[in-house]
Amino acid sequence: MAPEELPDFRARARVWLEVNAPRRSDDDRAGSGAARRWDLSSARAFQARLHAAGFAGIAWPTAYGGQGRTPADQRAFDEEARDFDLPGEFFTIGMGMCGPTLLDLGTEEQKLRYIRPLLSGEEVWCQLFSEPGAGSDVASLQTRAVSDGDGWVVSGQKVWTSVARFADLGALIARTDPDRPKHDGITMFVVDMHAPGVTVRPLRDMTGGATFNEVFFDGVRVPQANVIGDVNGGWSAAIRMLLHERVAIGGSTQPRRGATFTSLVDLARSRGRSRDPVIRQQLAELYVRQRAVHLLGTRLAQEARQGLSPGSRGSAAKLAAAELARFSAGVAAELVGGDAIAWDSSDPEAARWAGAVLSAPAAAIAGGSNEIQRNIIGERVLGLPKEPQVDRDVPFRELRVGTQTGPATS
Amino acid sequence: MNLVLTEEQDELRASVRRLLADRSPMSRVRQVIQTPECYDRTLWDRMAADLGLQGMAVPDTCGGAGFGQVEVSIVMEELGRALVPSPFLASAVLATNALLTLDDEDAKRELLPSIAAGRVIATLAVAEDRGSWDGSDVATTAALGGDGWRLHGAKTLVVDGLNADLLVVAAQAGGELAFFTVDGSAPGVSRTRRTGLDLTRQLASIEFSGAAARRLVCEDAAAALSRAVDLSWVALAAEQLGGLQKCLDMSVDYAKARAQFGRPIGSFQAVKHLCADMHVAMELGRSVLRYAAWAADEAPDQLPEAAGLARAYCSQAFFKVAADAIQVHGGIGFTWEHDAHLYYRRAKSSELLMGGPAQVREQLAGRLAV
Repeated sequence: MAPEELPDFRARARVWLEVNAPRRSDDDRAGSGAARRWDLSSARAFQARLHAAGFAGIAWPTAYGGQGRTPADQRAFDEEARDFDLPGEFFTIGMGMCGPTLLDLGTEEQKLRYIRPLLSGEEVWCQLFSEPGAGSDVASLQTRAVSDGDGWVVSGQKVWTSVARFADLGALIARTDPDRPKHDGITMFVVDMHAPGVTVRPLRDMTGGATFNEVFFDGVRVPQANVIGDVNGGWSAAIRMLLHERVAIGGSTQPRRGATFTSLVDLARSRGRSRDPVIRQQLAELYVRQRAVHLLGTRLAQEARQGLSPGSRGSAAKLAAAELARFSAGVAAELVGGDAIAWDSSDPEAARWAGAVLSAPAAAIAGGSNEIQRNIIGERVLGLPKEPQVDRDVPFRELRVGTQTGPATS
Repeated sequence: MNLVLTEEQDELRASVRRLLADRSPMSRVRQVIQTPECYDRTLWDRMAADLGLQGMAVPDTCGGAGFGQVEVSIVMEELGRALVPSPFLASAVLATNALLTLDDEDAKRELLPSIAAGRVIATLAVAEDRGSWDGSDVATTAALGGDGWRLHGAKTLVVDGLNADLLVVAAQAGGELAFFTVDGSAPGVSRTRRTGLDLTRQLASIEFSGAAARRLVCEDAAAALSRAVDLSWVALAAEQLGGLQKCLDMSVDYAKARAQFGRPIGSFQAVKHLCADMHVAMELGRSVLRYAAWAADEAPDQLPEAAGLARAYCSQAFFKVAADAIQVHGGIGFTWEHDAHLYYRRAKSSELLMGGPAQVREQLAGRLAV
């Protein structure tokens, strides 16, 4: 059989999606239909069908359950999938971050064991990096993994973990040697989220919702075979995973939800405010900022396609998107006025604009705060010198971490 | 949509950059802006003879290179980066775009070859005392007598108005908007150089008191003007992006070189983050500009939105970055001898030259059917 050409693959993907996936409605574009449509079991069932049809892990090796096709095929599928409502939220951490890192650094046994169930939706993954004392400075993490001869015992706490309450497996970084400087004593592990001693608690954020979780480890046993990369080499593994994260986030720049230009123009019309010159100024400015952010994402993607890796330049897109979220929430609030501060509890749409106001601050913090993005741009893109560092060559146990007053570990 | 330049386009950029680095360093710019013409004729001739820049978007049937607005935007970006005082905006952008959007094939064949070759400098006179580039605000009148058309009225903000051999003028002819050409030195044309905020651009006011004019054929002059302004907005946005890039580069270089409190000022987050924000403005501006230039060539139905977008974003971004560049430079930044103020002046002047930010946003809102 001759290899399938890209246009044929794209057409086959389109047909499959038409038959098997729900279409994204206009309402979803502005609102949040996807979150309501899928639960874990329907999402798993869909992912299994997607994998069986040959549309999961399109550019991943066939030996581990991928399709062995090209990144161009994957992009073609992603483009076609934009019009459909896929249950991405359960699988994006695994597909975008954990899987690619395992393919880069995992042993043959690990790849054979983990990649196929990840692609088929059988196993959901989460990423266990941030801690209460290690946010912007993730390398100051304090979760300990202590060797007990043929394995490791993990104790500590992670936070801001997406999908953790649905996850079967997690990619964990923990401190394995506190006597080394902070970057040198970290190891990455695969951890079974169902193991004894793992507790997941939803973390309620300021919107009232709980998209993130806290994860507690209390003497959790992790086998030696679950080390990803080298013992005490976990920081470079984490950097690699974060690079994959940036690529995964950079790919999704089309604004879909919340206070978008289109939704706010409709809102202005329905409220009879679209002739108000002040409102028109704000809507035009929103259009300019939203288009600019979207076009930057498109441009970086086009450059990546030509082999120019976006690298740290993705930070500009992340930072601009966070500032856009704050600005657009402001325009929305100005438009709805009193209804943004008090609404009828029986109206399902009413809280949406208050939701935009309440979710904007997280955009400037989650996934690397605006300040961290500016440091990345300043140092890695523009080549400006770093701040003098006081923690680089000091054993981790002597450092001050988080808001505690004493040293990191005793 | 294509937002990435081709290899050939990158080569064009490199050629223009080399020519300008060689012929128009800032020391030369400072000399040239002391002259009444406010441009360097030798450089102008080299731009035409060596690289054919003035005819970049002119069809080859009219003596041009037959490229598009993407190529014009590359030239404008480099001119803006090097802050070259040049009639390029007036002649190769404003007047050329006006002639190209009209329906007068005879005039195109007659006038464009010499404009494309740089032998004739042309400009476009639209704005009047309100500074508007909207055809409905044009009050200058044209009357047809026994010896042809005669113009009466006053224009402002005519770019390189004193340098221009040929004026393309918007005027009302019997109640409808029309375009005319007038010889820059004809009787009945009185040109006055205005003192400019931007020291690198010659701006003039022009009074017409019965100057002889040639009417250009055009079905819908208002639509043609609107398209010519859109194309020129894109080119001006490119020039603004070039200036923005230079302000960013100057600031980063200085933040690395200047030490206070025992370390480079660029290591302080207050300064580093200001530079990072300048970089974000550059990345967003470049994305918007590439889209608008692409739309100008490939998707004319998207041009009104895309041009408004580029105009709105690049205007404000350039001025903000030019102001922040002075801040990064500290004391030296607001001296006469430092170049930062030349960019700052250019930035504010360009922001207001063809409709200020509020006006552009209102126009854009209208185009987006808000």
